[in-house]
Parts: sequence; structure tokens; C-alpha cells
Amino acid sequence: MNDDHEHHDHNHNDSRHHDHEHEHKHEEKSPQAIRAEALESLLIEKGLLSEHAVDDVITNYAQRVGPMNGALLVARAWTDPEFKQRLLSNATQAIAEYDFKGGQVDHLVVVENTPERHNAVVCTLCSCYPWAVLGLPPKWYKDPAYRSRIVREPRTLLAEMGLSLDTNIEIRVWDSSAEVRYMVLPMRPENTDNLTQDELAALVSRDSMIGVEVLCQAGQSS
Amino acid sequence: MTDEMESMALQGRVEPPKANGEVIFDEPWQNRTFGMARSLCEAEYFTWDEFRACLIKQIESWEAAHTASEPYQYFDHFLAALTELMALKDLCETDELDQRSQEFVDRPHGHDH
Repeated sequence: MNDDHEHHDHNHNDSRHHDHEHEHKHEEKSPQAIRAEALESLLIEKGLLSEHAVDDVITNYAQRVGPMNGALLVARAWTDPEFKQRLLSNATQAIAEYDFKGGQVDHLVVVENTPERHNAVVCTLCSCYPWAVLGLPPKWYKDPAYRSRIVREPRTLLAEMGLSLDTNIEIRVWDSSAEVRYMVLPMRPENTDNLTQDELAALVSRDSMIGVEVLCQAGQSS
Repeated sequence: MTDEMESMALQGRVEPPKANGEVIFDEPWQNRTFGMARSLCEAEYFTWDEFRACLIKQIESWEAAHTASEPYQYFDHFLAALTELMALKDLCETDELDQRSQEFVDRPHGHDH
């Protein structure tokens, strides 16, 4: 059957290290949970889907696709001017050599933050996002509040999210679409000249590549 | 496999993906639904643009009918878009899904224990 992934909800509470995780789970499933389960069982019966394929997708997104890919690109762009040029002029072409899995980067545009201009990314219509380089979008990215306010009042919203930008810094907001996905190239933190590319990549956060954070040394948000 | 190993393995399997330490899925069904949509797309039953169009329609109609202060559940729309698309493609009729869902609701508690 296709529900072995749900056993944990009810059993295994004897295991100390995830007691608190699951003790609040209910016996009753939400209507959506039941509908999703019904859909999966029907699609498996019809041979459109295998449980195994769904598991693989989930594992792939959870473990192999993530903001790390984007961070690698950023670190390389900081240290390799020729690559940076290629990344900014045609990101899809520039990242082809990496063979990142996850999709949604057929038309990737990388926008560069400068001392004069800050960039932020949104999808005002739904939740378009460059999965292959940034993994899955955070919850707030999909919320109506972010989707509308980042366009209407970006400076105020960014400040609320912890990023206060000087009024003389221009803010540009890029609206993702079916055709184009965006990623921000954040500015390199100061005093990082001695760091290797890998060490630099470790400083790059997901939020800095969406443009709701700028990087300080040691990867802290400003 | 020892009990502890087994429970760790289970935990590893059921833990939702995280990015920057943040849980992306609130409940396992959301994770499964995302996995279903991606699997079906990868198997070319539909394109992601087709799915996106359905998702936008769902979100737009919800936003037109609700105020910003009402709780917004992204994955409810995601699931609705997927079921709509499956019906549009004649891959899974809504009636069939309603019926199966009802069967699951009617199952005795503890059926999977």
C-alpha cells in the first residue's frame, strides 16, 4: 500500500528524540490530506504514478536540490570575473555545465546587487522560483503578503524582514514568470579576500539570493 | 535493524525538506502532493506551465473571494490545481476522486495500524 510513509504519525512515539515532533499529530486527517491520499492511490492504480517515483522526487528536492547550487554560482562569480560576466549576460548558458537537477531554470536571469542598487525577486501570480539553484521556495515567498507588498512597498517590507536599506539605494523588484526566473547575485561581504570559493559559498544564504537579505561577514544578515 | 535505527530511518524519511533550517511543508500530504505533481510533470503527463496556469487560476479566484486577513493555505491551492488538471486531461475524474476520498473518510480508524 501507499501509506507506509504515514505510519510515523501514530506509532513510534516511544522514541524519545521525536516525541515532541509528533505527539500533537491528530488521529483525524484533514480533508486535504485525505484527498491527496485518495488522489495518489488512484493515480498509482491507473499506472500514472509510482509511489517510488514520488519518493524519489521528494528525496531529490530535500537532499540534492537546494540553495547550495545558487551559493556555488555566487561564490564563483565573486572570484572569477569571466564567469561572472557570463552569468550576468546569460545565466542559463553559464550554468549549463553544472547540470543542476530540479528544473525551472530554462530562462534564468541573474541580477547583480551593487552599492547603488538592490534587487529582490518575487512571483506576483503564484510561486515561480528557480528550483535548480535555490531549492524549494520558503513559505513566505508564496504568501499573498510578500507577493503584493514587495512590489507596492519594497523598502518597508524589506525593513520588516530585517533589511533596512539606505534611501539612496535604488530597489528593483523582478517578477518571475513562466518564461523567466530570477536570482540575485549578492554583493561579496567585506574582509573575505582570504577565503576560498567553498568558504565563500558557505557565506551565501538563500535569502540573499532572493534579495531579502544582504550578506555580512560570516554569513550573518545585516 | 535495531529499534533506534528503524526510528531514525523513519524520521529521516518523514522529515520535511528544509532550507536554511526552515520547514517548507507543514504536513506530509503537502510533501506528497508536491512529489506527485513533479513526478507527473517529469513523466510528461503535463507541462509545468500547464500546471502553473491552473495554480494561478486557483489562487486568483481565492484571492478575489477572500480578504488578505484570512488564512492563506498555499498547498490547498496546489492540490486543487493538480486535481483540476488531472480532470482536464481526463486522467482522473473529479467524481472518482470524490468517491475515493469518501471511502477513505469512511474507513475505520486505525486501518493502517
